[in-house]
Amino acid sequence: MNITLLFVALAAAIILWFFVIRRLRAKPWTTEGILERNNITSLPAEKVGLWAFLAVVTSLFSLFFIMYAERSGYPDWRPLPDPSILWVNTFFLIMASICYQLSRNLLNSKNYKYMKISLYLGGIFTIFFILGQISAWQMAYSSGFFFATNPANTFFYLITGLHGLHILGGLFVWIKTALKVWNGLEYNNLNQIAGIRLSIQLCSFYWHYLLLLWLVLFYLLSTT
Amino acid sequence: MAYVSIADKDHEQHMHDPQSFITKYIWSQDHKVIAIQYALVAIFVGLIAMGLSVMMRLQLGFPEWATFITPEEYYQYVTMHGMIMVIYLLTALFLGGFGNYLIPLQLGARDMVFPYMNMLSFWVYLLSVIVLLISFFIPDGPTGAGWTLYPPQAISEGTPGDGGGIVFMLASLSLFIVAFTMGGLNYVTTVLQARTRGMTLMRMPLSIWGIFVATILGLLAFPALLVAAIMMLLDRVIGTSFFMPAMLTLGETSEFSGGSPILFQHLFWFFGHPEVYIVALPAFGMVSDVLATHARKNIFGYRMMVWAIVGIGALSFVVWAHHMYVSGMNPYFGFFFATTTLIIAVPTALKVYNWVLTLWKGDLRLTVPMLFAIGFIFTFTHGGLTGLFLGNVTVDLPLSDTYFVVGHFHMVMGVSPVLVLFAAIYHWYPKITGRMFNNTLGTIHFWFTLLGTYAIYLPMHYIGFLGVPRRYYANGTMDIVDESVQLQNAGMSVAAIIVALTQLIFLFNMIWSLKYGKKAPGNPWGGTTLEWQTPQTPAAHGNWGENLPEVHRWAYDFSVPGAEKDFTPQNEPASDGVPVGRDHGVNH
Repeated sequence: MNITLLFVALAAAIILWFFVIRRLRAKPWTTEGILERNNITSLPAEKVGLWAFLAVVTSLFSLFFIMYAERSGYPDWRPLPDPSILWVNTFFLIMASICYQLSRNLLNSKNYKYMKISLYLGGIFTIFFILGQISAWQMAYSSGFFFATNPANTFFYLITGLHGLHILGGLFVWIKTALKVWNGLEYNNLNQIAGIRLSIQLCSFYWHYLLLLWLVLFYLLSTT
Repeated sequence: MAYVSIADKDHEQHMHDPQSFITKYIWSQDHKVIAIQYALVAIFVGLIAMGLSVMMRLQLGFPEWATFITPEEYYQYVTMHGMIMVIYLLTALFLGGFGNYLIPLQLGARDMVFPYMNMLSFWVYLLSVIVLLISFFIPDGPTGAGWTLYPPQAISEGTPGDGGGIVFMLASLSLFIVAFTMGGLNYVTTVLQARTRGMTLMRMPLSIWGIFVATILGLLAFPALLVAAIMMLLDRVIGTSFFMPAMLTLGETSEFSGGSPILFQHLFWFFGHPEVYIVALPAFGMVSDVLATHARKNIFGYRMMVWAIVGIGALSFVVWAHHMYVSGMNPYFGFFFATTTLIIAVPTALKVYNWVLTLWKGDLRLTVPMLFAIGFIFTFTHGGLTGLFLGNVTVDLPLSDTYFVVGHFHMVMGVSPVLVLFAAIYHWYPKITGRMFNNTLGTIHFWFTLLGTYAIYLPMHYIGFLGVPRRYYANGTMDIVDESVQLQNAGMSVAAIIVALTQLIFLFNMIWSLKYGKKAPGNPWGGTTLEWQTPQTPAAHGNWGENLPEVHRWAYDFSVPGAEKDFTPQNEPASDGVPVGRDHGVNH
């Protein structure tokens, strides 16, 4: 119930923000014949699109978390022992996030060589994370925690799987960006650099978000 | 998903006109073509769902005669009719169809911001429809669990379609949600980022406001259905126990244990109630524009209308459990949800008053779209008022699961949005096709539809009061059901068949006018909004020719005192010819 309240509060906050920031109090009929500022931010549409997408992902995972919290209160809940490899995986994901942030900062300071390295490293750490998750699944499975034997197991596979799918989606974009960088950048081509910068910005934002999501998820898994 | 957009950038910048038939009409990234594709598929499945409703009415009205309908089939018709109408027709047509068509045109944009993703959205939607329709052709047919798909019923042995039907349904819903999310991200981002110079949020036509807020609701609410669908699919396919309790079925203990069916209900209605407004808000918006245009009057209380749309959208997330009063809940929860439900009546009633006040002393032009829009005010008020009955726990308990509920929700979220859809189709038909429709046929369509739907649903409230339960294949000789009910049922069935046949007139009119209709002028109704000001009719690829329009006023400058014409388009500068405030433009 607490999480539900939190969710409602979040929605209310967004609406309030909308009212305050977006000036819904304007009287449009008093400004006839005037070309008003349309108050569009200068953010690229991709960024706004990503935020909207992350709002959807937040909604999706919040609902799963609520279901998880609710279902874990039932008497037949038999939690898994937390595989210690999850700590290692968490470390990989944190490293990936740091690498993306570094790559973003290095691009801004025009340090292209290290920018490339940290961009590649970010992806490689993420692949380690995915491999680590798969071996966590294998460990759980081989010690007899099958998918359908207990709801705790099902939730474990389901939520980590969904999180992994989102990571894979991000990796797809990483591959596209990394290939572009690998094929060589023309440092004088401002358009190209701006495109790469946007890709890296979006990637790092997405990775930070998925790291946060993982931390919440990890907390939930280890406390129930 | 949002990343796909980066690849689209080139397309957006160059705006090459698509050349071949395939890029122009099949794999099209033009929002207008995608809108029409969405609309045609939605109307097609809508017709199937209408056919199913006729079958249901045949069974209910003439049970002795309709022996070719088995109880299992009847439940399959009920389920598929409900699901198709709510999701695959109304949601898809309002947002995928009109959302796609109107957002760029009314905001002065060339297209959606992510055209490639927009195209993908339609094709995934089509895939979801195909998956849904496949279930009609598998051995035990589509699911018959009722459109709410409540477990344990939905996936237990013995329910019609428990073999493959329910799996296809859940898969199709998941696909639909993916398609909607791709479309929805586009609509929201386009409204926020692609408005033309001068188009402030408070200058947007109410259609856009309705579509915008409804899309936000959809983006936040559909995940709940996705979660429910995934978990139920796992229960059905792998044998997990999310929603399935331990059961004794057909003398045997089931493999399930410990799941909670109530959890599913919470998830379903957390999506299901906002879904009502996902359908209703675009309808509210579009009907406002149709009423103002054909009454030649500015919409009454524009700001109130916007706030009401936003307020209804916010409230719609905290009322879901009013669908679950009879499932059993803490009385305090019941009190909470009844209160929020009744509070939603305030902004809603405000909108109804404002529509009526818009008509008051207007220069009413009873065109076909206007007739449908006025018809909507009647049916919506009617359905809204019966909603007040059902929102109260104590009144709901006896009325729940009777025909009163069926009458109520068909009036408020069946007939009312559909009337707006008709109003909108007639209103924008000249712009979409470049032809005028036949007025006489349109008027006949309106009167038969309006009076016909009243003939169907008004008696339902009455037999609901008598206690006739819904979802029954046949009433038989129950003591509580008076014999006269059968006569009512037969009458409703006859009306339903007439209304269904009337829709063929509509279809004929739409198709015939495509070829033989009078050529439409660019702005046949004297509309102020930007879509009526396009250089070509139908609007060409890129919508605006060389230069984007600039917006100098709000969307409702009708019959302005002292003005030459009785409407001033949004892109018309101040009358003295001096472009005011040009320096205030934005670097967009």
